[in-house]
Amino acid sequence: MIKVCTQTFGHKNPSSIDTYIKLGGYSAWKKIITEKTSKSEIINTVKESQLKGKGGAGFLTGLKWSFISPNDSQKYLVCNSDESEPGTCKDRDILRYNPHSVIEGMLIACYAIGASVGYNYLRGEFIGDQWNVTNNAIKEAYDQKLIGTNILESNISIDIIPLIGAGAYIVGEETAMLESIEGKRGMPRIKPPFPAVQGLYGKPTIINNTETLSSIPYIIKNGTDWYKNLGEGDSHGVKMFCMSGHLTKPNVIEAPLGTRFSKLLDECGGVLDNKKLKAVIPGGSSVPVVKGEVIMDTPMDYEPLMKIGTMLGSGGVIVMDESTCMVSVLERISRFYYAESCGQCTPCREGTGWLYKTLVKIRSGHGSQSDLDLLNRVANQIEGHCICALGDAAAMPVKSFLTNFWNEFEYFVEKKQSMII
Amino acid sequence: MNISLSDKIKKEIDSIKSKFPDDQNKSSIIESLLIIQHENNGYLTNELIESLADYLNVQKIDVYEVATFYSMFSLKPIGKNIISVCTNVSCMLRNSDQIVNYIEKKLKVKIGESTKDNKFYLKDEMECLAACNGAPMMQVNHINYENLTYEKIDKILDGIKDD
Ligand SMILES: Cc1cc2nc3c(=O)[nH]c(=O)nc-3n(C[C@H](O)[C@H](O)[C@H](O)COP(=O)(O)O)c2cc1C
Ligand code: SF4
Ligand code: FES
Repeated sequence: MIKVCTQTFGHKNPSSIDTYIKLGGYSAWKKIITEKTSKSEIINTVKESQLKGKGGAGFLTGLKWSFISPNDSQKYLVCNSDESEPGTCKDRDILRYNPHSVIEGMLIACYAIGASVGYNYLRGEFIGDQWNVTNNAIKEAYDQKLIGTNILESNISIDIIPLIGAGAYIVGEETAMLESIEGKRGMPRIKPPFPAVQGLYGKPTIINNTETLSSIPYIIKNGTDWYKNLGEGDSHGVKMFCMSGHLTKPNVIEAPLGTRFSKLLDECGGVLDNKKLKAVIPGGSSVPVVKGEVIMDTPMDYEPLMKIGTMLGSGGVIVMDESTCMVSVLERISRFYYAESCGQCTPCREGTGWLYKTLVKIRSGHGSQSDLDLLNRVANQIEGHCICALGDAAAMPVKSFLTNFWNEFEYFVEKKQSMII
Repeated sequence: MNISLSDKIKKEIDSIKSKFPDDQNKSSIIESLLIIQHENNGYLTNELIESLADYLNVQKIDVYEVATFYSMFSLKPIGKNIISVCTNVSCMLRNSDQIVNYIEKKLKVKIGESTKDNKFYLKDEMECLAACNGAPMMQVNHINYENLTYEKIDKILDGIKDD
């Protein structure tokens, strides 16, 4: 079993700095600050490792870092620990069991992009457990002079600061997060300008996901070849897969990118109650659904999933068995995007409402054939016409559910009841 | 001015302010509201919102906007213990709707309401609470309880003291 972001998991006191250091933690950071490794060398290492952002978009991390404005103004790093894409539950494990990897990754990232401050923004609902662990871990690292002013007498000063949200899915979108840190409503900004040029308080800013930053110390320590070779087949690196839904043993599994879906399914003890697999949403509720038989042998990586019409997204793998009513699932997904739309763009604000209300109508037995066409039409009107990807996230499930399970939707509007009894 | 913010709260707000650049007081609004709300039995009043605006020297509207945008802020009194049952997709697949029904019956409330004795507030939670592998799950006062069964729910809720 490979362990990158999950290295401390299962150890005694996994979140303590002693455990982390015993396992080699902070050695990458200490090496960098004693040797004064050049920034470009670090960015190149991350680039060559092919590390892709784990927050959803899968953008190459090293490449993103290289976009940071080279001027010598104040710069910021933001760690996106808002984890709220439905079906995603990996960052919460990293935050509570391996918080120091995130801190070390943030320190290295700050150094590489020339930021003197790194904020770790946790979703409000993490205030019970993850928030306390994060605060403690940061304090431990300050006490050992790994963070702060003149770190280990190196003349390098970086602050790592925890922040907490207060409940809003949209804040996970990177520019909405910047707005939120600035103390405003979480409303996404129009891009460009991109945050790497004009981000927090108008200053160049890099935003990365928790899992992305947690991977950094291990890549710096063990090298690019090591990380790349962890992948299976043509794939590079690893990913945390959040296996949920109709499984015997739902679980968060860190596995090589390129691992076949069937293998992940096996590791979760197969479909619950030995039922037949019906459908899978492999990357959080925003990505298209696919039929079970289509994904079964697919390597779980960005490209192979694109080929079958879906995406890896955040790695939230939602598994549905044969007893699942797809109309009900889509209704629930649409409720979410309707509730969470920030309301700035008319197509998203109005469209998500239409989608949800139409699905409620269908599911209560009052729908007609024309409502199915309406769903497709509204989804098309939202897609590509909004400031942020929430609009697309609301549209893609609708289109894919209708395409893959048309007969089920048709049955519902004709018979006024679910095909699934 | 600021009569409703205690010295303790002011001290906490000062330490929140130190996380941000000197000229960025708005950044402190969210975390400050969370602690103010916590001290005020889980909800915010206009008076508190305005005191925070005064204390941070920001516009009142700035604080109102934040207080109304984020779902963890309540502008009306709610029951003491907040229950949020996740009913998003992974939890729905593991019968979270029945969990909600069970709690509604048990506490004699509808989702979105507080119990008559004000002991519980059953929040109408829209978000996935990032514990999908533990579905069905709920948070009670922001502590996670996972793989829920009716017996487990009884134990958790019955175990909460009145005080
Ligand atoms: C509606 C919406 C919600 C998002 N939620 C999250 C989230 O909860 N966590 C996250 O890391 N990224 C989220 N993202 C993606 C971020 O905008 C951003 O791409 C990501 O944090 C970049 O980090 P990465 O390159 O390391 O993946 C979301 C995007 C959108 C459009
Ligand atoms: S697409 Fe939706 S969530 Fe995104 S900015 Fe527009 S209205 Fe807000
Ligand atoms: S769907 Fe319920 S915790 Fe994610």
